[in-house]
Amino acid sequence: MLSIKDLSVSINGKTILDGFNLEVKAGEVHAIMGPNGTGKSTLASVIAGRDMFDVDRGEITYRGQNLLEMAPEIRAREGIFLGFQYPVEIPGVSMASFMRTAINEKRKHLGLEPMSGAEFLKLMEEKKKLVEIHSKLTNRSVNEGFSGGEKKKNEIFQMALLEPRLAILDETDSGLDIDALKVVANGVNKLRSPENATIIITHYQRLLDFIIPDYVHVLFDGRIVKSGDKSLALELESKGYEWVKKEANMAAAH
Amino acid sequence: MEDKNNDILEEVTGSEYKYGFYTDVEMEQAPKGLTEDTIRFISAKKNEPEFMLNIRLKAFRHWQTLKEPRWAHVQYPPIDYQDIIYYSAPLKKPKLESLNEVDPELLETFEKLGIPLEEQKMLAGVAVDAVMDSVSVATTFRSTLAEKGVIFCSFSEAVQEYPELIKKYMGTVVPYTDNFFAALNTAVFSDGSFVFIPKGVKCPLELSTYFRINAANTGQFERTLIVAEEGSYVSYMEGCTAPIRDENQLHAAIVEIIAHKDAEVKYSTVQNWWPGDKEGKGGVYNFVTKRGICEGENSKISWTQVETGSAITWKYPSLILRGDNSTGEFYSVAVTNNHQQADTGTKMIHLGKNTRSTIISKGISAGFSNNSYRGLVKTTRKAENARNFSQCDSLLLGDKCGAHTFPYIEVGNRSSIVEHEATTSKISEDQLFYCLQRGIDMESAIGLIVNGYAKEVLSKLPMEFAVEAQKLLSISLEGSVG
Amino acid sequence: MTTSINTLPLKDRLLSLFYENLPHIKGNATPAANRLREMALAAFERQGFPNPKMENWRFSDISQLLETEFAFDFHNQSRPFDIEKIFTCDVYDLDTFSVTLLNGWFVYKNAPLTRLSNGTIIGSLAKAMEVYPEIVDEYLGKAASAEKSGLVALNTAFIQDGLFIYVPEGVTLEKPIQLINIVDSQVPLLLQPRHMLIAEKGSNVTLVNCDHSLTHNVSLTNTVMEVFAHPEAIVDHYKIQNKGKNSALFTNTFFHLQKKSQVSSNIITLNGGFTRNNLHVTLQETETHADLNGLYLVDRNQHVDNQVFIDHAAQGCFSNQLFKGILDDQARAVFSGKIMVRREAQQTLAYQNNKNLLLTDEAKVNTQPHLEIYADDVKCSHGATVGQLDPEAMFYLRSRGISEKSARQLMMLAFADEVVQKISIEALRQRIGSMVERRLKGELSICDQCVLHCNDKGPTTFNIDMSKI
Ligand SMILES: Nc1ncnc2c1ncn2[C@@H]1O[C@H](COP(=O)(O)OP(=O)(O)O)[C@@H](O)[C@H]1O
Ligand SMILES: [Mg+2]
Repeated sequence: MLSIKDLSVSINGKTILDGFNLEVKAGEVHAIMGPNGTGKSTLASVIAGRDMFDVDRGEITYRGQNLLEMAPEIRAREGIFLGFQYPVEIPGVSMASFMRTAINEKRKHLGLEPMSGAEFLKLMEEKKKLVEIHSKLTNRSVNEGFSGGEKKKNEIFQMALLEPRLAILDETDSGLDIDALKVVANGVNKLRSPENATIIITHYQRLLDFIIPDYVHVLFDGRIVKSGDKSLALELESKGYEWVKKEANMAAAH
Repeated sequence: MEDKNNDILEEVTGSEYKYGFYTDVEMEQAPKGLTEDTIRFISAKKNEPEFMLNIRLKAFRHWQTLKEPRWAHVQYPPIDYQDIIYYSAPLKKPKLESLNEVDPELLETFEKLGIPLEEQKMLAGVAVDAVMDSVSVATTFRSTLAEKGVIFCSFSEAVQEYPELIKKYMGTVVPYTDNFFAALNTAVFSDGSFVFIPKGVKCPLELSTYFRINAANTGQFERTLIVAEEGSYVSYMEGCTAPIRDENQLHAAIVEIIAHKDAEVKYSTVQNWWPGDKEGKGGVYNFVTKRGICEGENSKISWTQVETGSAITWKYPSLILRGDNSTGEFYSVAVTNNHQQADTGTKMIHLGKNTRSTIISKGISAGFSNNSYRGLVKTTRKAENARNFSQCDSLLLGDKCGAHTFPYIEVGNRSSIVEHEATTSKISEDQLFYCLQRGIDMESAIGLIVNGYAKEVLSKLPMEFAVEAQKLLSISLEGSVG
Repeated sequence: MTTSINTLPLKDRLLSLFYENLPHIKGNATPAANRLREMALAAFERQGFPNPKMENWRFSDISQLLETEFAFDFHNQSRPFDIEKIFTCDVYDLDTFSVTLLNGWFVYKNAPLTRLSNGTIIGSLAKAMEVYPEIVDEYLGKAASAEKSGLVALNTAFIQDGLFIYVPEGVTLEKPIQLINIVDSQVPLLLQPRHMLIAEKGSNVTLVNCDHSLTHNVSLTNTVMEVFAHPEAIVDHYKIQNKGKNSALFTNTFFHLQKKSQVSSNIITLNGGFTRNNLHVTLQETETHADLNGLYLVDRNQHVDNQVFIDHAAQGCFSNQLFKGILDDQARAVFSGKIMVRREAQQTLAYQNNKNLLLTDEAKVNTQPHLEIYADDVKCSHGATVGQLDPEAMFYLRSRGISEKSARQLMMLAFADEVVQKISIEALRQRIGSMVERRLKGELSICDQCVLHCNDKGPTTFNIDMSKI
């Protein structure tokens, strides 16, 4: 579904990703872990099409298409969803009108009729239950005045509404209590199907107790330095990143 | 509300000015140019009583001594006041009892404009006094209003039927000596609306008027007078759309509002005159004098305006807070795109004790436009405990436009508190990207964010206006991306 | 020797005086300076003195002041002079390199112009025009345009003396330079000192400028100062204005900033009859930084008018303005701060704040914080408030057992302190802090510093009346 080859990314001349490779197939869940500032959010942003970053080298193909040539909104309509690490507040724009616009633009892209108001309301109620979000949140402006946890839940709510093919969740688990964490995990697991894939960016293996990943990767110095299965996450939890860093440095020295 | 938002966004797809057409109703016009004869012609056409002609002539003589003001932050070529037709009227202008009697071509125009003059409007409970060019051609719901003693009629009619009220109030808030354009309007005004709400009456309907400029070279000089007697309430709506014209058209209106003790007047405007084309050719020059006076204790007047049109806007709906404990409000959204220039704001003059005023202004500039907020807050020595809060924000779309803020604050006693805040910034990249990532295209994303940004003001509009206003915001920013 | 011609309006008198005294006025000035003055005279003739019909002078009427029969000092009275014998500035415990102007003319102990071992030149502008004509000509009139201001034009036409400072590349002056402007005349005097400060690349200089008057006679000072901050230079400028009630002070200060230079300006107005400060800051090149602060404490009929114009002409610059004032009696304060962000000035950060406390119903404030913005990638904000001491805070203090009077004083001091805290030199900050405190307690008067001349005790207390707050 997603194939990233030899990707190098920089911002203001500072290289962040350097020779990054990743293959994600339909039906898979990948977890990407790594210390702060190693470029996890950068990777997510580049996949979503943020133009602030310069792609210096490499390619990304998504379902056979050259992703780097697509506008961010086209990527979204083609099924890429990014759960932001820091969801932005948009004052005055209600959640409902925001999501309805998004859904109908996607439907138009796919050649479908726009969703009627009634249908949309029904859909919204259904998804609200799924992520157990307060019904009042959807009447408020996008993320405005939401608590940290509410913002993260709101990302999952939007994911549930938009039903993406490839979801990338950037630290959607940080700052969540255990109940909220379960809600997030539940949302992701509901979406899980042989046609869809998920990339989970996280610091903690906690979330991975609820969403069992097929692969765990460690991002360090701009590239994946170690990959494994769920047990790698547990190992990182007990040993910390130092161990992987050392290994990576040793490998680089050879 | 939510659905409304979305309908709006879906409709915003065309790119040219939607309301660019004009009707071909036979006109009766004054000859070009402005002399005492023109004024006598206008007055005679309208069969006016002597006193009205005298006011016009006085204003005209005063106007001749004045120079056009040029202090606003706008630029435009000199206006040739002798090259303007100061009077034109649809030929058939009988008093109409129902819409069936209205010229079908005219109705068609209104329908194209999306103005639900017919059933929708009635169902919505709105009486409509539609002004085609300068003369009122249709009035509905007269009787409902009459039952309550509310007078809502064209200004010309009021001059004939309620001369005492006109004599008493006309020019008391905006005297012809006020400024160049006020003098001009007083001399040549063609028509407009008159509203009188008697003591203790809450006007049962939202009153609305639609204005159109419709003849080449015809200046439009509207005159509105609203009087709210003690303890009364009225909400008045004014909306404008104008057809495409190559030559610039001058619009110099006057609005006067008087609120007596405990009265409240809410005046809302959606202004969408033809702004000129993408190169800045054509468009309406909108030089308007709007002023209200909170004459009595505890009275309240609020201005809400959504300004998207006109090549040039020069407009400062102002309030004089004379009555103790009176309240003034000004809520404004002004959008400029392409080569539009807007210099708009308000004046709050606090004279009475414990007077309060609030100013919320949201400016949005795009293209090559310039958008200025200009406002005065003044508290005199007697205005003990006066309070003002002003918030003036500017949003910039693109690096070829300008956003300017020119507040003037004069405080003349120690118990007043005046606070002014202003910010200017560009539209947030983070917000835009968030929308894009959800699959919303750039134009819609801007529309959404801008509507959200202006929400505080839009929410002050009557419901049926809010929809139109939101549409206008999105439409007028089309093509501003890139 | 002083010259005065009566009967004619001031403008006409000045025009004829110019030609009559031309040889004197020219003195040993450079040819370039003399060419400049002829153009400036024409500009003054065209513009004249400011009047309330001008947008920037709407609230400051000087017409009455201009009726005064001023005398003019066209003759160089530069002479050895022991400042300490007649005057001690209130900022005395500060270790400074001190220079003095008396009635616009440079006075000195040893030499009119000093060259320090690090190459810094400090002294009389008249002398600098003789000794360093090439430096003077390179800068004179380059920041202060006579075309846009009648006052600048007038000053430029009559340039004779003033302070000249040149700081070479990379030099950091450890001691601040202190300029003391003294007006001492038995007749009404119009004086027009002209100052220049050139800070070469990477240099660092602090200038403390104290304006005082020693008599209660009417005087009008119209000063122009041009400051050139070369790349990465740091210039801190402090103006302490403590003048008599009959004195009028117009200061016209122009800052010209090159790449990555930093400038701060702090104007502290403690007393004065009529004070008008025009501050014009051009952020000409990228990544410059300007911090402009002002504090005015005025009472009785005092009138203070601060006009700031910040021109963001290049990318990535920062500016901040903080002007605060307390007004008592019939005092009048005017603030006008304009931020101009030009099309090329992307990534601009520009902030502005003006806060005023009004203590009586007769005091008046006019404030105009204006923004004119033509670039889009900017963050600009301004705010202005006029009001009284926060009653909630007052109550809080009193509930802790503090008397109402002390609470008021504390609050006013706190209000003023925000500006005082911007002063980066510790000794100066403390000094000004205590002057502000004494001013607010009514203990500071202009006669505090005066050891001579002041036979009539005159108006000694400039008291802010606490009971009126
Ligand atoms: N907008 C930006 N401007 C400059 N540097 C940035 C920007 N965004 C991220 N970086 C830098 O890129 C590196 C990677 O950041 P990020 O992708 O957020 O890391 P992670 O998500 O792994 O914590 C960090 O060093 C960060 O400082
Ligand atoms: Mg991150």
